[in-house]
Amino acid sequence: MVDVRYDTAFKLYPYAKVGAQSRPAHDRHPVVVVGGGPVGMALALDLGRKGTPVLVLDDHDGVGQGSRAICFARRTLEIVDRLGCGRAMRDKGVVWNVGRVFHGKDTVFEFNLSAEQGFANPAFINLQQPYFERFLVEQIRREQARGAPIEIRGGNQVSSVQQRDDHVAVRIDTADGPYALEADWLIACDGARSPTRSMLGLGFDGRVFEDNFLIADVKMTADFPTERWFWFEPPFKDAGQSALLHKQPDDIWRIDFQLGWDIDREAELSPERIRARVDAMLGDDVDYELEWTSIYTFQCRRMRTFRHQRVIFAGDSAHQVSPFGARGANSGIHDVDNLGWKLDLVCRDQAPHALLDSYAAEREYGADENILNSTRATDFLTPKSAVSKRFRDAVLQLARHAEFARPLINSGRLSVPCVYEASPLNGPDELDGPPRTRVGSACADVALPGGHLLERLGDRFSLLGIDAEVPATIDDEGIRADGLSLSSTDDPSGALAERYLGRAASAVYLIRPDQHVAGRWLHYDAGAVRAALRTATGRAVAA
Amino acid sequence: MSGDTHATPGSRLNMAPNLADSDDFYDELLRAHEGASDEQSEAFNARLILILCNHIGDRQVIREALAVARAAAPAPDTSDR
Repeated sequence: MVDVRYDTAFKLYPYAKVGAQSRPAHDRHPVVVVGGGPVGMALALDLGRKGTPVLVLDDHDGVGQGSRAICFARRTLEIVDRLGCGRAMRDKGVVWNVGRVFHGKDTVFEFNLSAEQGFANPAFINLQQPYFERFLVEQIRREQARGAPIEIRGGNQVSSVQQRDDHVAVRIDTADGPYALEADWLIACDGARSPTRSMLGLGFDGRVFEDNFLIADVKMTADFPTERWFWFEPPFKDAGQSALLHKQPDDIWRIDFQLGWDIDREAELSPERIRARVDAMLGDDVDYELEWTSIYTFQCRRMRTFRHQRVIFAGDSAHQVSPFGARGANSGIHDVDNLGWKLDLVCRDQAPHALLDSYAAEREYGADENILNSTRATDFLTPKSAVSKRFRDAVLQLARHAEFARPLINSGRLSVPCVYEASPLNGPDELDGPPRTRVGSACADVALPGGHLLERLGDRFSLLGIDAEVPATIDDEGIRADGLSLSSTDDPSGALAERYLGRAASAVYLIRPDQHVAGRWLHYDAGAVRAALRTATGRAVAA
Repeated sequence: MSGDTHATPGSRLNMAPNLADSDDFYDELLRAHEGASDEQSEAFNARLILILCNHIGDRQVIREALAVARAAAPAPDTSDR
């Protein structure tokens, strides 16, 4: 029996019986991904492109309905660019840079994310989650045609997961009955209610926020600018304590109302009631259709550790945040970015299993940062006590008159990549260079004559020399780093020097396959770089 | 504290009298609340605190001030510290 939990927007991988279901022996797979959402599919794509065989098990036949995650940030777009499907996302998505915050009728704060130049990707696009997932699957199909070892099995519901000494035993239900297989590594990308987490009896601790938010996606042709509009104490009737208006592709607008805690869920979801709210916001003369509606609550929580022997958790199964700041789906893609290359090296026996502990350490750190930011935003949006409401209102009142109060307004701090401070994979930082490209940070993009920097770095280890000689390639026990020699004069805008040199006359960067900085120096030193490469792959000899 | 201007060594918070005419200052502070309801006064105080904290602009000074204010609460309120 396979439960149908939701309707699919795009049927992309219908159930089909495979030979393994009729054989008594259990197939062994290097990597099994449970859950074919954005995180699972992105991970499969990353591994498959590197040549490591991966099997995705999903209990449905395609992508679930509902826009759900709609804001995809620059770092996520850079990652899907690396995976080969960034253009599809950008072409379909709505690019936006400006956010405007209102208190009642008045603008109290605005921000523009496009101030900095030189990036191949915009600060944000809005794109319905079903499209994001579909473009990933379409890219998987293209990679499969080129021979990438990726397999997707739809209509396969995992019913049991058991840790063994050297593998994970997996039982699966299908329309044709159950079967079993074995995985060297099982990656649980099965969402906030992760069945894998429950089957292993693992906890998921954190804070529940007592508030309900109503999403109304409406289809209309409107000439509002493509900006993020956020209201505290909205001036329209029954809009609740806050409201959001944001454009998506296909003339769909996301409207969000903060309803409070004690509500009648059923009544609030009736189309008449939703329409009354939307009419009050848009005006009676605006024609629209309700495309998708939902009421959600949220929690900020994470698993204590993301690696449990041979089972690894990524995305919402490992951590959950409030939606303010777009840190949910984006952080799941950051997980993939971090895990893909490490799992690939481990599966090739080029790195020890302990490298996977660094995935847990780095992404737990990232999750804490996301939870901190999203908790603070939530505390501002839904003050938990009389005094916190008092200060919140004071900030909003002052912001109309006083510039200093505007940055205190928190309607969500938007997703940025985490800097892996103090990661066990970090090598030396021996450059008097800019803080933004310090060891642990994600490389900042720069426009160069031969293509953008991140595109040229690609998805393997790189050795970037700026006004410094670096070898064309180095090899350490089969792990390769390719040299990329640039001159600061390659970029007439000065961004390359500003982002990578700072006060330094030259620079050498060792960059990981996920484009995070592993070490940086003034000049190339073969011994130092080799040692950093070992550290970055968990192969450093213990002192 | 016996005349020391700062609460502890290394502290940056000025704990010595620093207002030229203390009675005049105190009067001005109270008059700012004149005619206000308790609720209006609380809102006013919240705005005032934010303005002053921004003016100070030194997180250590503010942190020390928060600690001094907390420590000066009457005995029952300090039991949870």
